[in-house]
Amino acid sequence: MQSNAALEYDYSLSKKFTFLTILFGFLGMLVGTIIAAQMAFPELNYLLGEYGTFSRLRPIHTNTVVFGFTVSGIFATWYYIGQRVLKVSMAESKFLMFIGNLMFWLYFVGALLATISLLFGVSSSKEYAQYEWPFDLVVVVVWVLWGVSVMGLIGIRREKALYISVWYYLACFLGIAMLYLFNNMAIPTYFATEGLGNILHSVSMYSGTNDALVQWWYGHNAVAFGFTVPIVGMIYYFLPKESGQAIYSYKLSLLSFWGLMFVYLWAGSHHLLWSTVPDWMQTMGSAFSVVLILPSWGSAINMLLTMKGEWNQLTDNPLIKFMVLASTFYMLSTIEGPIQAIRSVNAIAHFTDWIPGHVHDGVLGWVVFMIMAAIFHMAPRMFRREIYSKKLMEAQFWLQTIAVVLYFTSMWIAGITQGMMWRAVDEYGNLMYSFIDTVTVLHPYYAIRALSGVMYLVGFLMFAYNIYKTMTSGRQLSEEPQFRTPMA
Amino acid sequence: MDMDLRNLQGYASFAMSIFLVVMLYWYIIHLYRSEKKGERDYEKYGKIALDDEVTSTPVEDKPASEREYKEENK
Repeated sequence: MQSNAALEYDYSLSKKFTFLTILFGFLGMLVGTIIAAQMAFPELNYLLGEYGTFSRLRPIHTNTVVFGFTVSGIFATWYYIGQRVLKVSMAESKFLMFIGNLMFWLYFVGALLATISLLFGVSSSKEYAQYEWPFDLVVVVVWVLWGVSVMGLIGIRREKALYISVWYYLACFLGIAMLYLFNNMAIPTYFATEGLGNILHSVSMYSGTNDALVQWWYGHNAVAFGFTVPIVGMIYYFLPKESGQAIYSYKLSLLSFWGLMFVYLWAGSHHLLWSTVPDWMQTMGSAFSVVLILPSWGSAINMLLTMKGEWNQLTDNPLIKFMVLASTFYMLSTIEGPIQAIRSVNAIAHFTDWIPGHVHDGVLGWVVFMIMAAIFHMAPRMFRREIYSKKLMEAQFWLQTIAVVLYFTSMWIAGITQGMMWRAVDEYGNLMYSFIDTVTVLHPYYAIRALSGVMYLVGFLMFAYNIYKTMTSGRQLSEEPQFRTPMA
Repeated sequence: MDMDLRNLQGYASFAMSIFLVVMLYWYIIHLYRSEKKGERDYEKYGKIALDDEVTSTPVEDKPASEREYKEENK
């Protein structure tokens, strides 16, 4: 190839996946906000016939934010971080560019069709794994292509040592591959019923308690390898790079990595406390969940200590604010999770609104904040333009931070109220409340959650607008900024 | 029989947990000891994120033989 021309990083794939991250983020959060409003105002279920009901929309919300928004964010940041820390450009390999583009289009079309299929009620009815088998096959092909991209880029690298972020992306690749394959083992009902069933509709190869165990081993570790591992990989690159400070302790990052790998996979059974799974397995789930605090806080504290002596940056760089808040929310949700996994606490928390409260302080405060921060950092490098508006970014930060706080506080109160009311008995041992009593009491909290959803969505639109304006009318930069992201 | 298998699974899980704990503690000792002996300097890898231009000198270069192979195949 052109060995004389100055070699530069090729951000074309990063850009494409950034667009998808924003598109799927908006769609997923819009649907999330609609279903939150439906919980508060049930009439909203009947606006679009069967297509607008909570049961149709909820899987669209979860799958779009997980497999659409977050996974696009993982791909966008991989094609950026991967090149930079391995010191090799995608432009150096036509093969890897081809694989990357193939993967992009397959993923984009596949994800759109899969979302539409959920709208039409084509679902395997396993939580977070609703896609039917043809879409599962597309997911597998896309994932393998991504694996080829990752391994390929590692294969042609100049930097021999793999930076800690690369380890996390590798773990994400391997973890999701294993989980997705095992949990989605299914047989079309057509083959299981001598032709009576449907070719598109499948049933799990596992049954009863085993199915539940595999499902929650998957469900919980999808959180691990989708919402935790790659996002930690992102912050390990973007926070040091943006602040100009090397990771506080590289050794701690290695230890936290292996700690997370060893511990996370055993914690899934905490979703099945007080159920029919063996007692020792429930205890194991609880114990490992508590131990999980150590590697999680190991990474989070490492990030906060990276800012040691540089805390002034927090006041004058909103991007640092986003990342420090993300890290703090990571700490909050990784202490909250283990608390919920303690058997006696779980007796109150299970099946209540405290659980979505926990999930959302993690995803809204940690995952989305970190992915947005990553895009804010990458945009001036990818488009060679200054961030369009610092003020807009600050306003977005505060609006969304207040939204997250409203979300989780309302759900904490709702969840604990619900749990207590379900268990309340009178002096004769009769249940004191019927289900509808709890619904009446919870109404204001559901309304607050819907409001917080609207606020967060508006914040996301501000983010999308800021990126759009950066691309189209941000001040042009003559050279790539080294550390701090320039913003107007 | 069923009960026996479950018990066995429980004990295996316990033994595995202990094994993993020992491994992790051993890993901490390994990290600090190899740094103390001067065999490795882990903290230098933190620089990979900061100095990450495509023209930057790698913190740890790939062996010359591997690089030549790559150059030939460009």
